[in-house]
Amino acid sequence: MTAQSASPDSYWSDSLKLVGKLLSIWFLVSFGCGILFKDYLDQFSIGGAPLGFWMAQQGSIICFVIILIAYSFLMNKLDEKHGFGEEEN
Amino acid sequence: MDQTIWNFIFIGITFGVYIGIAIWSRAGSTKEYYTAGGGVSPFANGMATAADWMSAATFISMAGGIAAAGYGASKFLMGWTGGFVLLTTLMVPYLRKFGKATVPDFIGDRFYSNGARLVAVICAIFICMTYIMGQMRGVGIVFSRLFDIEIWMGVMIGGGIVFFYAGLGGMKGITYTQVAQYCVMVFSYTIPVVFISMILTGNVIPQLGLIGNYIKDGTENAVPLIVKINQISTDLGFQEYTASTSNTLDMFCITAALMIGTAGLPHVIVRFFTVKNVKAVRKSACWTLGFIAIIYLTAPALGMFARTNFVEEINQKKYEEAPEWFKNWEDQGMIAWVDKNKDGVMQYQEGSVFAEKPVYIDETRVAGGPRPVSNKLSDSANEVYYDRDIIVLANPEMAGLPKWVIALVMAGCVAAALSTAAGLLLVLSTSVSHDLMKKIIKPDISDKQEIRYARMASFGALAVAAYFGINPPSSFVAKTVAFAFGLAASSFFPTLIMGIFSKKINKQGAIAGMICGIGFTLGYIIHFQFLTESKDYWLGISPEGIGFLGMFINFAVAFVVSAITPPPPREVQELVENIRVPQGAGKAIDH
Repeated sequence: MTAQSASPDSYWSDSLKLVGKLLSIWFLVSFGCGILFKDYLDQFSIGGAPLGFWMAQQGSIICFVIILIAYSFLMNKLDEKHGFGEEEN
Repeated sequence: MDQTIWNFIFIGITFGVYIGIAIWSRAGSTKEYYTAGGGVSPFANGMATAADWMSAATFISMAGGIAAAGYGASKFLMGWTGGFVLLTTLMVPYLRKFGKATVPDFIGDRFYSNGARLVAVICAIFICMTYIMGQMRGVGIVFSRLFDIEIWMGVMIGGGIVFFYAGLGGMKGITYTQVAQYCVMVFSYTIPVVFISMILTGNVIPQLGLIGNYIKDGTENAVPLIVKINQISTDLGFQEYTASTSNTLDMFCITAALMIGTAGLPHVIVRFFTVKNVKAVRKSACWTLGFIAIIYLTAPALGMFARTNFVEEINQKKYEEAPEWFKNWEDQGMIAWVDKNKDGVMQYQEGSVFAEKPVYIDETRVAGGPRPVSNKLSDSANEVYYDRDIIVLANPEMAGLPKWVIALVMAGCVAAALSTAAGLLLVLSTSVSHDLMKKIIKPDISDKQEIRYARMASFGALAVAAYFGINPPSSFVAKTVAFAFGLAASSFFPTLIMGIFSKKINKQGAIAGMICGIGFTLGYIIHFQFLTESKDYWLGISPEGIGFLGMFINFAVAFVVSAITPPPPREVQELVENIRVPQGAGKAIDH
């Protein structure tokens, strides 16, 4: 992929879209699975634990870490695509 | 070897390390003092931020809270970790690109107004002051228990150490001591849990033990641990451990307020100003949440193990046959047993033994018997009182671990309290020296004078915090936690978000938004925490969760006011455009 010339506006709208997608997942795994749909999910189980309960106390936190890793990776890629890439420290 | 000697050895070694690091890394310029020169590696900053974030309360009380509340405590687990997703995706990369040393700095420049800066400074000081009092108290309590000294002496020792490396070393000193403190915390927290997990579930990894089988009754009787704990909970009259809370809306609002509040806490935000560039901020945020997650994923397992173990070891046992740790912690004043039905057997079940904390009649106990208490007994059949903090503190003894592990846990408690206190102290001192003195009152002071003001301010702040640590305004401290998160959620978070994501919000909008958001949130909290005993909350939303609504009020007011007043000047709009692209943050730290 060739680096495009620096274009702040399209970079900004692309990064907003990315953050929007990641925050939807963030909302779904915590407020969704852990609180709003907890009772529904409790009929399934992971190991010996009801799924809704497990999502609230373990699963959501694991997802948060994955979301941040994805954010870091995808934003760095976006930087490079728009010609804003920086050297690793 | 005696327990006290082990304690001295562990606390002594860790303090030696902290002081050594402080001397090695003392700050010479404001740049080093405020942001450690901007050259901390993402990995080290991740550890430091994790230590900064996890306070004595998290370390000592969270697992006990989960053990008591079961599913209901999930709001703290999700709230205090999920906030980092908001913090990372919406705030810190842009604030780091902006490149100034403090949060009020950004608000003052973005909204081109010293009025906005002043509101931000007051919020920062209030939030940090609230927190640091609790930390000083925590240090005092741990020391007094460890070395059998008065609490005030413990507070003074802890305060002296923190001043030494935070006041003198600034951000640079704090960062590297926090790295060491995180290591102490993570080992002291997880090692005992691994052992108790092996005893109860046969699983070395506590998180797998949580979803595994309970095997203490023999492998042929193995049932899932969760089934076991639900069953013993209902047998004793509690609700099921995994049962949903009665008010979903309240649970939702509290979780949201804790998340948003986390993302608006100034002492966490400034930690990310210490790394080199925007890319390093993102990487550092991954490390931070990863390190925090190690402890936050262990806490629910610990809570569940400890509660199961406690009931199995204590309930329906004769007092003479009670395990040794039970009597040890009774000596410490954190456990009490009242033989209500005079059968010599301990009955533990739902309900409180007596109101408030136990008041022991005499220091010495009758040979072989429990320590008598003078509290007025309740009608409940429950006979066993325990302080929730023993879930962490007594855990090594419950798991039958050697004495040095107990000393390690104590060193971990102290590390948790000191690391958080140091981070808060830094924000307090920079708020005064940089935001108040340099930017508002006396713009012409030199770099050297600014550091001197910072050190004086940290001494002053510590003196106030130590005073309140020694003389806590009783129930006030516990209630002010709602304040700190509510304030952060209704002031910093929305204002910073609008400053980054909108070019239209002007100074009138920002100031009006902050004042209305804070006014509403504080009004609600003060009304229900201090003015009335009633729990007749609006829509059932408790004061802990009201910051979530305060945020929306802040947003709405700011948008309306900005729409009817002149837009921000051209150069401010350019500033916003500039912080949205990551390039060039490396050389942007100036004062």
